[in-house]
Amino acid sequence: MPGKLKVKIVAGRHLPVMDRASDLTDAFVEVKFGNTTFKTDVYLKSLNPQWNSEWFKFEVDDEDLQDEPLQITVLDHDTYSANDAIGKVYIDIDPLLYSEAATVISGWFPIYDTIHGIRGEINVVVKVDLFNDLNRFRQSSCGVKFFCTTSIPKCYRAVIIHGFVEELVVNEDPEYQWIDRIRTPRASNEARQRLISLMSGELQRKIGLKVLEMRGNAVVGYLQCFDLEGESGLVVRAIGTACTLDKLSSPAALLPACNSPSREMKESPLVHPPSHGCRSTHNSPIHTATGSRLTQNFSVSVPTLIYTGMGSGSAGKEGGPFKALLRQQTQSALEQREFPFFTLTAFPPGFLVHVGGVVSARSVKLLDRIHNPDEPETRDAWWAEIRQEIKSHAKALGCHAVVGYSESTSICEEVCILSASGTAAVLNPRFLQDGTVEGCLEPRLEENLPAGCGFCHIPYDELNMPFPAHLTYCNNCRKQKVPDVLFTTIDLPVDATVIGKGCLIQARLCRLKKKAQAEANATAISNLLPFMEYEVHTQLMNKLKLKAMNALFGLRIQITVGENMLMGLASATGVYLAALPTPGGIQIAGKTPNDGSYEQHISHMQKKINDTIAKNKELYEINPPEISEEIIGSPIPEPRQRSRLLRSQSESSDEVTELDLSHGKKDAFVLEIDDTDAMEDVHSLLTDVPPPSGFYSCNTEIMPGINNWTSEIQMFTSVRVIRLSSLNLTNQALNKNFNDLCENLLKSLYFKLRSMIPCCLCHVNFTVSLPEDELIQVTVTAVAITFDKNQALQTTKTHAEKLLQRASTDNEELLQFPLELCSDSLPSHPFPPAKAVTVEKASPMGEGNFRNRSAPPCANSTVGVVKMTPLSFIPGAKITKYLGIINMFFIRETTSLREEGGVSGFLHAFIAEVFAMVRAHVAALGGNAVVSYIMKQCVFMENPNKNQAQCLINVSGDAVVFVRESELEVVSAQQPAANCQPSCPGGEVTT
Amino acid sequence: MTSELDIFVGNTTLIDEDVYRLWLDGYSVSDAVVLRVCSGILEQTGATAAVLQSDTMDHYRTFHMLERLLHAPPKMLHQLIFQIPPSRQALLIESYYAFDEAFVREVLGKKLFKGTKKDLDDISTKTGITLKSCRRHLDNFKRVFKVVEEMRGSLVDNIQQHFLLSDRLARDYAAIVFFANNRFETGKKKLHYLSFGDFAFCAELMIQNWTLRAIDSQVDDMDMDLDKEFLQDLKELKVLVADKDLLDLHKSLVCTALRGKLGVFSEMEANFKNLSRGLVNVAAKLTHNKDVRDLFVDLVEKFVEPCRSDHWPLNEY
Repeated sequence: MPGKLKVKIVAGRHLPVMDRASDLTDAFVEVKFGNTTFKTDVYLKSLNPQWNSEWFKFEVDDEDLQDEPLQITVLDHDTYSANDAIGKVYIDIDPLLYSEAATVISGWFPIYDTIHGIRGEINVVVKVDLFNDLNRFRQSSCGVKFFCTTSIPKCYRAVIIHGFVEELVVNEDPEYQWIDRIRTPRASNEARQRLISLMSGELQRKIGLKVLEMRGNAVVGYLQCFDLEGESGLVVRAIGTACTLDKLSSPAALLPACNSPSREMKESPLVHPPSHGCRSTHNSPIHTATGSRLTQNFSVSVPTLIYTGMGSGSAGKEGGPFKALLRQQTQSALEQREFPFFTLTAFPPGFLVHVGGVVSARSVKLLDRIHNPDEPETRDAWWAEIRQEIKSHAKALGCHAVVGYSESTSICEEVCILSASGTAAVLNPRFLQDGTVEGCLEPRLEENLPAGCGFCHIPYDELNMPFPAHLTYCNNCRKQKVPDVLFTTIDLPVDATVIGKGCLIQARLCRLKKKAQAEANATAISNLLPFMEYEVHTQLMNKLKLKAMNALFGLRIQITVGENMLMGLASATGVYLAALPTPGGIQIAGKTPNDGSYEQHISHMQKKINDTIAKNKELYEINPPEISEEIIGSPIPEPRQRSRLLRSQSESSDEVTELDLSHGKKDAFVLEIDDTDAMEDVHSLLTDVPPPSGFYSCNTEIMPGINNWTSEIQMFTSVRVIRLSSLNLTNQALNKNFNDLCENLLKSLYFKLRSMIPCCLCHVNFTVSLPEDELIQVTVTAVAITFDKNQALQTTKTHAEKLLQRASTDNEELLQFPLELCSDSLPSHPFPPAKAVTVEKASPMGEGNFRNRSAPPCANSTVGVVKMTPLSFIPGAKITKYLGIINMFFIRETTSLREEGGVSGFLHAFIAEVFAMVRAHVAALGGNAVVSYIMKQCVFMENPNKNQAQCLINVSGDAVVFVRESELEVVSAQQPAANCQPSCPGGEVTT
Repeated sequence: MTSELDIFVGNTTLIDEDVYRLWLDGYSVSDAVVLRVCSGILEQTGATAAVLQSDTMDHYRTFHMLERLLHAPPKMLHQLIFQIPPSRQALLIESYYAFDEAFVREVLGKKLFKGTKKDLDDISTKTGITLKSCRRHLDNFKRVFKVVEEMRGSLVDNIQQHFLLSDRLARDYAAIVFFANNRFETGKKKLHYLSFGDFAFCAELMIQNWTLRAIDSQVDDMDMDLDKEFLQDLKELKVLVADKDLLDLHKSLVCTALRGKLGVFSEMEANFKNLSRGLVNVAAKLTHNKDVRDLFVDLVEKFVEPCRSDHWPLNEY
């Protein structure tokens, strides 16, 4: 009962010619929601029909409102034969279901056909009238807000962060149903698109219900993924972080979100922030599940590997008895939760207390048919297993929570690798429970922990470390211990003290694998995984040292499985944390020290490496202040000081060399060159080329060391597929190919974006897939942002100048002034006289009009610009409103691949169309940008012999309204009644 | 290791003006890469040839997709697929419709739809413009011609409205359409010394003064056709030559008007009768379509050449 959906079809334009005879089209529209369909009249003989339909009204349950997409089909009327479909538009009406988001969806939508692509546009208006429903047993969860952004959205504050929510739904894949043999590719694609749309609606609703149960009102860091399991079905799963968010009432209320609840908290004298340390753990216990669900799963367990900064230990032990009170209290808050996981990567100030290290778990499964879609127990159980594992790893690191948590899968035939990873952390409990609950918080905490180093301090007991690590006193506060290297999956905390700039660091690896079936295949993969993890880790560590940095943020390790190989790609942003010790260099040790020429070769390599490190220090401006030795102290005198370096866990033990790494004050990382393999590794280290000058890159939200962003941004997606020559495929050749592929791709990006220099590629996101035997596909999405090298220093000076300038200008001249000039000075005006205000008001319009006049005749009707960015913010602008989540899934297929420009032409056009459809939806919601945009899936299949190709793309993001900072000041000046709620200027939405 | 697929798609469509130029000029991808290498871009940016190749391919693909929209520029403004800032759009359109004068000179006044296509090869070799570019030129002319052919109102305005061209380019197109419609002969050897600019200037004057709308803007006809009545009237000018009194009167009026403005006034005065007769004869014949076509040839023969033989420094048409 509780909702009325109203739809009006206004007009169409640029329709394709459907009647060859007249070169025109007789178009009409079918509007379908649930099982109800309405039709417009046929608009005869026009490519730009004006239907101006009545309001079609659907009376529906809010459950349906959440699940179902609105489906609009444009058809060509044919008197004698069946009507031809021109294309469809699916509109997710979810954004209309919560009060603060969009109120109307109105605009031009591209009409999309899975075979022909975009064919014209249609203008649609959609509204929803919701009735209040107080039924507590309701199945809908209208009103819960969803955000893809993995931090607290900009115009909200977090009252409580409840924790992890997850859900998955499964169904049969229409592509594999019997009916697919008799229906057209178009019908099959549309069935799939519709099903996935339905499933994601259902998933979102179910997650919403869980959030309501937790008494939250929003999901942040919502990540939804599809697993195309082929024959065995289709899984849609999602994870997120449930929160209670409060809208910030005025821009002035930028106080830390935590004030109110924390007041009531008691001081706890015992709080010694737990000692610190850092290390990364990659665990890969591997399980294979077989056959039907009734038989017992057989599982292959591989000894857990825990990697540390120094080398590799053999196993992780449970965290020791030491537990600080703070931790206990946090624990109590967290223990109520099954999984204390947070998908957030950036946090409110004070939330993150300590970071332990990266925890990850993988498991290999054999897919079986999902017998009963309503009870997806198997898949649930699989994920529960992995999460349990992550939880125990975090515990081993002395942490109760996992932040920056994410899950992924890689599927090849019937084998599936499930992966989860996150960063073990200790959190401040005040955000995790209601203010009424007695928590423990020490207000002096902040004083005890000088800003910028607290999170580095080890959370585990230094006497009882779960792995051998090398601890020193924090370079910043000198009180707590820090590890020598820190790996995390989160963004760099805002208050972290960083020296110099950061850079993108990637580890790339391929391993051949024999083709095998079922269990044998799963076992083979399971056996390979630990080695891959180990090598990826070693590569990361070496590259980090080579860059003279000591911490990785945003680490994401992707393992992809193919028919005959496994690929590993790890990306992270390396930085130099001031709190952590200066990284030692890399030392090369030869196996046969007596051979003279060999020795020479080694020393030559050593010199090259040292040179590279020195060069990188300069490049990334890493000049840590010199610290006198007494203060720094030698490494903590402890037996654990000696570390071991193993090439690989399970290589025969006689190869294990023990090295005493404690020469003097610095420890060096030793690379042992004992075979050609190792040689190869060293070479590949040195061949990584730094980006050209003026370019920086990172895979985190912001680039450490750069803060004066200008407003020019360019988001892009680049896809490359290479075919490997099937002859003489060796691991080395594969590695080289893969390495070249990634390096060339990056080089291409730098070249293409050269006009934006100085600029930084942010949030660089690589995805690898192996669509066929000899094909490797790499997809990159990132955003290039320009920055101003000199601006930062000048701002204060120019401000005064602007004031002067303004004083000397009269109104007429003002019209031509860039907006910033007049607005900047406003706040400092003693009493803005009415006249001045009108001038401010006039200036943007005046400028606009002026522009229109001088432009060509039709320019005033151009399409509004919609920005897209994978970041959660837009540089130089303020997000005033979140309009709802964008989550779209498209399939495109062609049977005339050559005619469409081959595979490149086909995919290029398709991705451009996907962007266009995302922009159109955002614009229709009244937004002007998509933030936290992500292309979650890009599955490309081709069959050049049949001249066919098919591609599936899934994208998501948050639709927002942003206002340029300069304009914002104008707005607030016009409304001196300080509580200018970003939501109140309703005009923003409609314009 | 071969690259099967290699694409780059930006939210704002990335356009490299240099590559666009090369594409418009009809170079193939490989030629364009060679030309770009020659421009020294590799040294400036430290890129490799492979990068350049991939970048060029990518741009060419984008342009190829944009071409469909460039054929109907107003569509470019409303389309949603490529996000391009308006100034960039204008630039794309303007450069797409810009033409090489050497090419126009070859086809000016020819019937655009027949015959000329097979001549494109010749034109291409003669002018050094690539065949691809020639085809784009010709297709542009044909497209503009077809759209404005049946349209009412000012020719320049129509072109500007439907192709969003700059004022100057729209005027040039108006001239081309006007010439093509009236099929003025411009290819004769005698006319070779005249540039496209000269003809465009003539066309503009003729559109302003000789067409139907020039006489009565209310008349619902177009700029394209010459006013038949006006041509008929021209026939009557014969009296200016036949009647002695009128000839003298005409002469004195013209001389008064031109006195002091013309460096060669005395020569003009001396030759007035001959010149006037030539002009009037040309004018009087304009009722016949064939003579209209030969207008410029006749003018040069009957008016310009006598003048030139008298060593007039300037052509004062």
